[in-house]
Formats: sequence, structure tokens, C-alpha cells
Amino acid sequence: MRFAHIASSLIFLAFGPHLASAFEVEGNRIYAAPNGNVTLKIISTADINVFEPIILEFQRAHPTINIDYVIASSTELMKAIYEEDAVFDLAISSAMDLQTKLANDGNAQAYSSNATDTLPDWAKWRNQIFAFTQEPAVVVISEAAFQGIDPPKTREELISLLRDNPDKFENRVGTYDVRVSGAGYLFATQDSRNSDSYWRLTEVMGRLNTRLYRGSGDMISDVASGRLALAYNVVGSYAISRLADYPGIRIILFDDYVNVMLRTALIPRNAVHPTQSGMMIDFLATLNHSPELTKLTSLPPIDSAQLQENSAARPIRLGPGLLVFLDRLKKENFLANWVNSIEQE
Amino acid sequence: MKALFTNSSIRRRLVFQLSVIAAILSLTFYLIVRVVAEQAATDTQDNILAASATSIADALYSERGTVNLELPYSALSMLGSISQDRVFYRVIVDGETLTGYTDLPDPASFPTPPNPAFSTFDYRGEEVRSVAVARSVSSAGQTVNATIIVAQTRLSLAVISSSISTTAAIVGVGFFIFSTTLSLLAAQSALSPLSRMTQSIKRRGPHDLSPVKAKLPSELVPLVAALNNFMSRLRASLAQSEDFVAEAAHRVRTPLAIVRTQAEVALRRLEKPEDRRALRQMIRAVDESSRSAGQLLDHAMVTFRTDHLLTSKVDLGDITHDTCEHLSPTAGLKDINLIVNIPNDRFPFVGDPILLQNALRNILDNAIKYSPPDSDIHIAVQNDGHYKISFSDQGRGFGDTNLNSLTKRFSRGANVSDIVGSGLGLTIADEVARAHKGRVNIRANMEGPGACVSLILPVV
Repeated sequence: MRFAHIASSLIFLAFGPHLASAFEVEGNRIYAAPNGNVTLKIISTADINVFEPIILEFQRAHPTINIDYVIASSTELMKAIYEEDAVFDLAISSAMDLQTKLANDGNAQAYSSNATDTLPDWAKWRNQIFAFTQEPAVVVISEAAFQGIDPPKTREELISLLRDNPDKFENRVGTYDVRVSGAGYLFATQDSRNSDSYWRLTEVMGRLNTRLYRGSGDMISDVASGRLALAYNVVGSYAISRLADYPGIRIILFDDYVNVMLRTALIPRNAVHPTQSGMMIDFLATLNHSPELTKLTSLPPIDSAQLQENSAARPIRLGPGLLVFLDRLKKENFLANWVNSIEQE
Repeated sequence: MKALFTNSSIRRRLVFQLSVIAAILSLTFYLIVRVVAEQAATDTQDNILAASATSIADALYSERGTVNLELPYSALSMLGSISQDRVFYRVIVDGETLTGYTDLPDPASFPTPPNPAFSTFDYRGEEVRSVAVARSVSSAGQTVNATIIVAQTRLSLAVISSSISTTAAIVGVGFFIFSTTLSLLAAQSALSPLSRMTQSIKRRGPHDLSPVKAKLPSELVPLVAALNNFMSRLRASLAQSEDFVAEAAHRVRTPLAIVRTQAEVALRRLEKPEDRRALRQMIRAVDESSRSAGQLLDHAMVTFRTDHLLTSKVDLGDITHDTCEHLSPTAGLKDINLIVNIPNDRFPFVGDPILLQNALRNILDNAIKYSPPDSDIHIAVQNDGHYKISFSDQGRGFGDTNLNSLTKRFSRGANVSDIVGSGLGLTIADEVARAHKGRVNIRANMEGPGACVSLILPVV
């Protein structure tokens, strides 16, 4: 019955022709609420199937709020809000650095409530950026490819493994193309900051003719299909959500350190319905109260205790430090180095 | 202000002045803490900004003829470690923006190495504190000047300084309340010798003019010395006037006695009834004058002796009996019958016998004087918790005279203008009674006409 109700309230629009703006939209869906009188416009990097359960559950609690859900990549989201002043009520992104830049440069509104007060300090910044998931960067391996081989536990072990078995891994390693993926760039820059081994790993991966991907989903499918033996820096929540469909894959959390990305929401400066945006933020901030929703979305909610269990987990810190890798020169230099390492003929 | 305080209490003045001082001190404390706190917070931010800008300057390098920058992660993250303020930066090389926020304004005054230049201005809708650091970089054989500007909003600065200000305000108010309370207590304790002295003077009897001997702080010694001096002069003056009255009465009495004797002698010789009547009147007037002089003497003596009671064990019954014996001839002259009712009990008392006799004699003398001829005076001594020696006559009573005023000196009843009297008799009795912690009770007779005057003394 639940889905019948949902179906009646769904209008699917693949590419809304009314969004005639310069930033590139990947998808758009409008969720009409039963008694909708306000439309909350959300721009988000999260796939529709990941976020839909949250929207429906939110509308169950707030039946007067329609939701116009626009999907864009993190760079396009940045472009929309930072450069084009597109009007949205909420911006949800996994690119913490870009969200930080939006807040730092004055493109976000402050908001606070009892729900946001319960968030730990590391999960919010300036009361403008609010994290609602904690998603580790993981390694996904194909169990078939690793038959007879111990999976690596650290980056050093991974480097040795790749170096010692070029025949096995040639063309069969995948990672983000950090030039086009915001999450990939974030993970890569944090890696470079955390450990010197990152550049050696990139060199080794370059020598193995590593495949480059725009998103985690394709990497996981390719590992499942056997095209890849190993994918490095995959968003953990996506991998977990696919485990049921692809029994041949395995997720590895390294012991040396695990970057934990925080998916964050902010209210843009020119939001039309900031009150309703606040309600959505409250809903997101208290996701840890609805475990069935966590199961549906595979998005792990903010949970300090769980992070403390894993001493290797390092949540990426919100704050001006994230602006460093957005510096024009810094980014140019980083990408030049990365391209040099990954593209070896 | 001066007018306001001239007549008000010393304590109020002390407390007010101490409170004003406390308020000024509290306010000064608050202002100083605020200024210091703001300065300290600004200095902290300046130091971090300078460290950030310096670390950026250190990361400048020259590569293939162009200046390049490897922006250190710590340069911006250190600014985020102490606050959640917004951060902006700009690197200018040779007048051109190399990287950062191109619209971040040039520093008001360009820094002279190695000193950083700080300034405060509005940027992107908020007040920012900025630092500019200059650095020379050699590139392709020539030196180019680079300026690094790092700016940060001042939100946490405001939060810190307002929280310190709040604390300072609370401490200041607390200090004020505390010191005002202390000043109240201090004023109280400083003034306590004064109230002690007041109490010790208040407790004195009406005739106690002895010097104040309480232990007092040095500031009060001159005042007490002056007071003691004044009292001794007063005492001397009082003694003098009593002496004078006694001397005068004594000197008047002797010639009066002579005049009376001569008049008696003359009376025997006179034949004419009108002459005899005139002479008798003269004798009576002389008697009254002599009696008044006697009472003045008594009064002077009583006044003197009540200050220095010469007490001994006496029996009130005996004294009353003696007094009646002594005055029975006088009563006999008017055919007045003294009916004395003294039980056989003892009425032991410690007092000055001469004064007590004097008091009883004056009361009985009054009773005789105002009694009509051929009447009775009842004299009784009782012990009903107090000793009560009462004299009831059948005279005219006191009419509607205010009974309390009768014991005042020279005060007489409203209905006795036809009888010569001094108005001292009851005064003497009253003073003697008070000196012995007793009192004189005056009332109308309960049965029949006349008055009843009682001397009431405590049982010891």
C-alpha cells in the first residue's frame, strides 16, 4: 500500500526543460505531497534511488511539503550556486570541500535547532554545513581474482601486492578520475595529506594501466563482473548497497587509515523556503533514529560511537583546511602530478 | 551633597561613600578586563593570521621563470582549528593576483618586511581582520615582490570577548555587592562605640552626673572628656544652688523663730480681741514660713542624700511609729486623732532612715495640714508583696487635680489656695521613694472624703 501511495505522488521528469540554465542537470523528479502547498527545491549529488526513501519518509512527517529533487554532479552543483545564483532551498553534496567553500564565501545561511545541536562538533561547521552521513572510502575486491592471495590490509601491502603481481593486475585496477569526480578528488587529496605512500601507490597504479571512473557505481559493477580485480577509493555506502546483488565482491577497510567522507547539506543564501529547508535538515540530522531508513538507503547516519570503534577511521574535517586543495595553483599542481603518475605509456 | 549629609547619619554617609568607591572600582575592573580581553583575543588572532601568512610566504617558489605556490594545508587549517570563522587569502606577485580571492582588497599600507601589517575592514558582508606579509622571491635572475594577505572574520573573537566581558561584569557586580555588604558591617562596627556610649548614658538615673568611664576609641575620648567636664560643672552648679537654698532656709528660720517667740510674748500682753487676732494670724504666717523653710532644707538634704544613700537595716513599722509620735502634738493642736494600725510583724528594709523619716513626716504633715479639725487620720503599714505605708485623711482630697503632677516641685492641689504651703512635701516623699526604688501612690479615699497617700517600697 505504501508503494501505491508513493506511485500516485510521483511525477518523473528525466530532463526538466524548465531548468534552462548553464549548469548541467543529470535528473529531476518532483514528489508531490498529499497536501502540498510549498515546494522545497533540493539540488543534490545523491542518486535518486539512494535518496528517495528519505524524501518519502520526510513527506510522511511533513505532508504539506512537495519536493523538487534535482540531481547534479558536485562540480555542477557548485557552478549552479556559486556562479549562477540558481535558486535552491537545499544543497546536498558529498563534496565537502565545495560545500565548505560555499559556506566560507558567504553562499550559505546559518540554521540551528535542537536536532542540529545534537550533532557532534565534527559533523557541522558554522551552523551552515550539516553532515548527515559518514561514508568510508573503501577498497572493493573481486573474490575470484583474489583466490589464493591474502587481501591487503594497508596501503603499503597493496603497493607490494600490485608491484609483485603486474600480470594479475594489469588493466584490472580501477579508481576515480580525480579530474572529473569531486568525491575522487576529495579522497585523493586527503590521501596525499595523510600518507606519503599515496604517490607511490598512484605510480604503481599508473604502471598497471589503471582504469579511471567517474563514479563508484561503475567501479563496483566492473569488480562484480570480473573486469576489475580491485577498485580503490570506492564510496563505502554504495558498495554495501550492492553487496546483496553482487555476491562475488568484498569490501576492505584498510588498517592504516580510512578516510570518512561526510555527506552534507546546506541552505543556500537565496533559498526561498528556509523554514522547510530547516525541517529537512532536522530530519537528516536525526537519521540515526530510523534504522529501517538506514537499511533502505545504505547511508550510514552520523554516529560518533561507531567511528570510535574503528581507530583507523578519519572523518574528513570540515573547515578552511578543505579550501587548500581548491586553490587554483594547488589544484593545478596536484592534478598535474596525478596525471603524470597515473598516465604512463 | 554636602547639604544632604550635614544632618544625616554618619553610617549612611559612610556606607554611601564606600559604596561609591566600590562601584567605581568595580566599573574600572570591568573596563580594564574588557579592554585586556579584547586586546588578548585580537593578539591571538593576529598571531595565527601572521603565522598563516608566513607559512604561505615560505611556500612560494620559482619554477621555470614563474613564481609558483604550493599552498600548505596547515596555512588554512590552523585558522580553522581555533574557530569556525571564514577565511580568505590572496597572493599578489608583482602586482598581479597569483591565486586566492582576487577581490580581497589591497592592504591599506603595504607591509615592510619582516613586519606584517594588520588591518580591519568589511569583506563579503562581514568584518574581517587581515594581515599582509611581504616577501621577495627571486625568479629568473631577478627579484620580484610578493604580498600575501590572509583575512579571517571576527565572529569567535566577538564571542570570546563577550563571554569574558560577561564574566567580568558578573565578577564586578559580585565585588560591588560584597564590598557594599562589608562597608555596611564596617560602618556598623565603627559606630558601635558610639551607640555603646549612648546606651551607657541612657541607662543612668536622672541624678547620676558621675563621669562616663566606659572604654572608648581614641576618637571619642575628647567628646567624652568634654561631656564629663560639662557634667562635673553641672554637678558643681547644682550642689551650689542646693547649698544656697539650704543656707538661705537656715538663715531665714532662725530669725523667724525669734519673731515667733516675740509675737507670743506680745500676744499675752494684748487685750484687744482684734489685735490678738491680727497677731495670731501673724504667728500662723510665721509658722508656715518656718515650715516652708524647713521643707526647703529637707528637700536640699533629700536631694543631696539620694545621690549618696547612707543605708542601714531599718524596720518600717518602727519608723512609721516614731513619725506618728513625733507629729502627734501637731495633730493634737487641731484635735486630729491619729489612728495607727501597725501589726506586730517586722517590716525589715534596707534604706536611709533619715530620708525615710523625712518622707513619712512630710506625708503625715500634709495630711494633718489639709484635715479638718476634729477628724481622723488612719495610718497603716502592710506587706502585700510590697511594703505599703498609707495615710488616709478625711480632708478635702485633691479635687480634680492631675495626681501625677503633685509630686512635681512646688506643685500644689487645685483646691488648696486658702492654705499656705510650699508644694514640696510630696516631692520630697517621691524623691525618697524613687531613691529606694519605690514610689508614692496618691488617690482619693475609697470610703468617704479625703485622700490616701501611700509610700510603696519593695520588699528586699
